[in-house]
Amino acid sequence: MNAWNTFFEPQWRSILTAPFMLNAFLAGLCIALAAGVMGYFTIARHSTFAAHALAHIGLPGATGAVLLGLPVSLGLGVFALGGALVIGALGKRASQREIATGTVLAFATGLGLFFARMSSSAAQQMQSILFGSILTITTGQVVGFAVFDALLLAVLAVVYRPMLFSSLDEQVAQAKGVPIGLMNVLFMAIMAGVITIAVPAVGTLLIFALVVTPAATANILAGSPFASMVLASAVCLVSIWGGLVLSAMFAAPPSFIIVTISTLFWAAAKAVEALRSR
Amino acid sequence: MRPHISGGATHAQDRPATAADDDGTPHGASTDRHGHRHHDDGGEIALRFTNASVRRGERTIWSNGNLSIAAGSITAIVGTNGAGKTTMMKAELGLLPLASGSLTVLGGKPGSMNHAIGYVPQNYTNDIDSNITAGQAVLLGLTGMRFGIHPVTRRQRARVREAMRFVGVEDKADRRLSELSGGLRQRVAIAQALVGGPRLLMLDEPLANLDLASQRETVHVLARLNHEMGMTIQVVAHDLNMLLPILDGAVYLIDGHPHYARMNEVLDADLLTHLYGTTVQVVTTPQGDMFVTPSPDEPAAVRPDTHCPAEVAQFHHHRHAEANAASAPQDASATDGRHQKRSEERR
Repeated sequence: MNAWNTFFEPQWRSILTAPFMLNAFLAGLCIALAAGVMGYFTIARHSTFAAHALAHIGLPGATGAVLLGLPVSLGLGVFALGGALVIGALGKRASQREIATGTVLAFATGLGLFFARMSSSAAQQMQSILFGSILTITTGQVVGFAVFDALLLAVLAVVYRPMLFSSLDEQVAQAKGVPIGLMNVLFMAIMAGVITIAVPAVGTLLIFALVVTPAATANILAGSPFASMVLASAVCLVSIWGGLVLSAMFAAPPSFIIVTISTLFWAAAKAVEALRSR
Repeated sequence: MRPHISGGATHAQDRPATAADDDGTPHGASTDRHGHRHHDDGGEIALRFTNASVRRGERTIWSNGNLSIAAGSITAIVGTNGAGKTTMMKAELGLLPLASGSLTVLGGKPGSMNHAIGYVPQNYTNDIDSNITAGQAVLLGLTGMRFGIHPVTRRQRARVREAMRFVGVEDKADRRLSELSGGLRQRVAIAQALVGGPRLLMLDEPLANLDLASQRETVHVLARLNHEMGMTIQVVAHDLNMLLPILDGAVYLIDGHPHYARMNEVLDADLLTHLYGTTVQVVTTPQGDMFVTPSPDEPAAVRPDTHCPAEVAQFHHHRHAEANAASAPQDASATDGRHQKRSEERR
């Protein structure tokens, strides 16, 4: 019984109404929207590993920023964007080059560790960069996330069809006059933005579970690309908000619960798919 | 000694009883006994290559391209692996610049007329990692290049339905593309290329990896597109047999040069043997002519009409000396060397 008391937090309702929780919920909404929409394209473009790698390329930027006394998100964003532009410029096929991507990923992670060890404050922040700290998100960050979302939706509304067409087949899209180089760079640049806003929630290591896993779940269940994006955002939102509520009730880090819920949804969808095909 | 060569393929089953020639046939066009549209020299030309050559990096893929393809014809592009068949299509689409010479596609520069070209690349839609449905994929052929917010109009939906009905997949519109069989996916890909109402349809290996029934269905669709809509069709193919009944001619890439030949000229064991680099014979069957590669366990009754490549090289005359001097000395000699080597191995 004693063990249960230390695990269960009876005051969880008051925790949920704290100001930092409001920020976390709003941030979760912004992240879910961006990740759900872009997750679809990430899978359709076979770029899931490249997206994952972007988060790791951002790591030395994040720890380097702490070292220089700059905001973590700035360093992360600049490095992720730099990596995104290089991968995007190399073309869609480059984002499928797993060995090169994996090598750069490992090196970037190592570099991030090196920067973190150079200052004590960076070392302290290392864990929250790697695994996220959604409860420490500030009001200013939430505003930034909302602006990013508005921008993302506006840009995607304009490029939606050419982006979808070039995801299906680049050669045909190119022959029909879609600027596929621009589509690649744009996709990766937006992806860098999504990662920059999602890392504060779950960290660079767990980002796959927020960007790719809900989209994969939605792909199994939804019948069209647009429905897939809406459902992926919903799954993402339930994972984040569920993670926040449960982490207030139980002594478990939010990131862990967010990732767990996202994974359970995916496993359930896979089970449905297996039953359907029988 | 060419006893088996007859004047082209004689399939009839894929053709409508009456040859449709009243649907806007270009001037100078006539219809032969097969229902094929033929064009005399005054006819409309869909593609014209003049001294064209294509390079990738330092390597000349092919050169000395001098040929024209009539509008309303069905043409195969044949040649061994790496001969530059796909490269030829990319050049026609303006995706790959010519290293020299000129190329006119539907009266314009390559790439300038792409709105009037339907293109189905090799293995298109084989690797779909998305839940897109067949109908949505076809719709992208109409709207996929448009930026901005455009609601889908009723007219666009009708055109998608029409294209899907034409290739016989209208009942699959709501099925996921990734769940369809290879043959059905191929037809969806053709519908996507069709939906924009192209004048020229280009398909890269459309029959590869399909079972016989699906191959027949695809060939049938191509024949109908040609007859009923007067569409000019180009097909890259490894195996010509399935296409023989509907072809008007072929561009064969050989020794680093593209050539055009009418079907009765292509269906020549000598040429085919040289073209494929292995012994090929032409046999006449009740279904029409076809060509085969004889194997050691060939029945004794079949009398093969074959030549070894060294022999055939004599049939094929080209201005090699000029070509060598002009564009690619190493390449041309390398190709000749290969043929020499092959014939030596055969002996």
